[in-house]
Amino acid sequence: MLNLSLSFTPLASLEVGKHWDWNIAGATIHGETIVATWLAMSIIIIIGWLGTRKLERVPSGLQGFLEYGTSFTANIAREQIGAKDYKPYVPLISGIFLFVLAANWLGQIPARLIPLPEAEILTPSNDINTTLGLALIAILAFFFAGFKTAGISFFKFFIMPNPLFLPLKVLEVFARIMSLTFRLFGNILAEELVVAVLILLVPFFVPIPLMVLFLFTSAIQALIFATLTASYIGEAIEEGHHAVEPHHD
Amino acid sequence: MEIAIASTVIGAGLAVGLASIGPGLGQGNAAGSALEGIARQPEAEGKIRGTLLLSLAFMETLTIYGLVVSLILLFVFPGTISSMLGPN
Repeated sequence: MLNLSLSFTPLASLEVGKHWDWNIAGATIHGETIVATWLAMSIIIIIGWLGTRKLERVPSGLQGFLEYGTSFTANIAREQIGAKDYKPYVPLISGIFLFVLAANWLGQIPARLIPLPEAEILTPSNDINTTLGLALIAILAFFFAGFKTAGISFFKFFIMPNPLFLPLKVLEVFARIMSLTFRLFGNILAEELVVAVLILLVPFFVPIPLMVLFLFTSAIQALIFATLTASYIGEAIEEGHHAVEPHHD
Repeated sequence: MEIAIASTVIGAGLAVGLASIGPGLGQGNAAGSALEGIARQPEAEGKIRGTLLLSLAFMETLTIYGLVVSLILLFVFPGTISSMLGPN
């Protein structure tokens, strides 16, 4: 039995795939992921609530920061979806971006100091179930945008240039789910593993520059997830327009 | 049993090592082209940097797939093998 939980020092140990299991109504739930997910969500909600209590015409302080963030995420949606129909999808794209960003940055807090029976409060995006859920939301948004634009004739998307493309197009949908899932999961897990291995070797100060770098790459991952979701939605809308008016090429 | 574990570990190492060749070449190409672009047009630096970072992250993802495979091999597969072979 190969057990890869390394522990040379009491300060650091390395585990993958260990979870604090809750049994609720016969289902096994990863408790620390749930707690961390709610933590990430509450951070976003509290900051949003604090920044919008006293709205002013000329924003200052937190309100200005929030307005910058809103226009940033709205810009992602507008670049990928197009200026005509991007408005309804801005909340979805913003929500995905902010949640993934908060979730990724949670991992930089040394939460091992909080004692749990198993595992530790890590990033929620370190659990493959979280990233799979986000990827499913993205794909559902893709189909929603397509069917909203073209109705039932959005199925033409699957046989668009030629019916021979049907298997490829069906496969593409599943490949998108898988690549979205593994991209976020693998990147965040890799970052945490690198930090954990460095902490095993040198417990103090040496991992700090890398953690600063990982703050940056985590933000890039959030940007990529939001950009890809927006580009899938944009593709669905464009293909939907083509399906409704095939001669308008 | 030992052979199974040894080959699993070798496979896990090879997965990351081989998966990093292609993205390494690609990232080098992309960074080189971005440098050329900045040298030719220094005022476009901000736009080029943004696009470069995004595309670098996309290329890095390919290595991450290899990493995920090797993590599965290291952390998930041994348990499966040992439960298949029974207690040694």
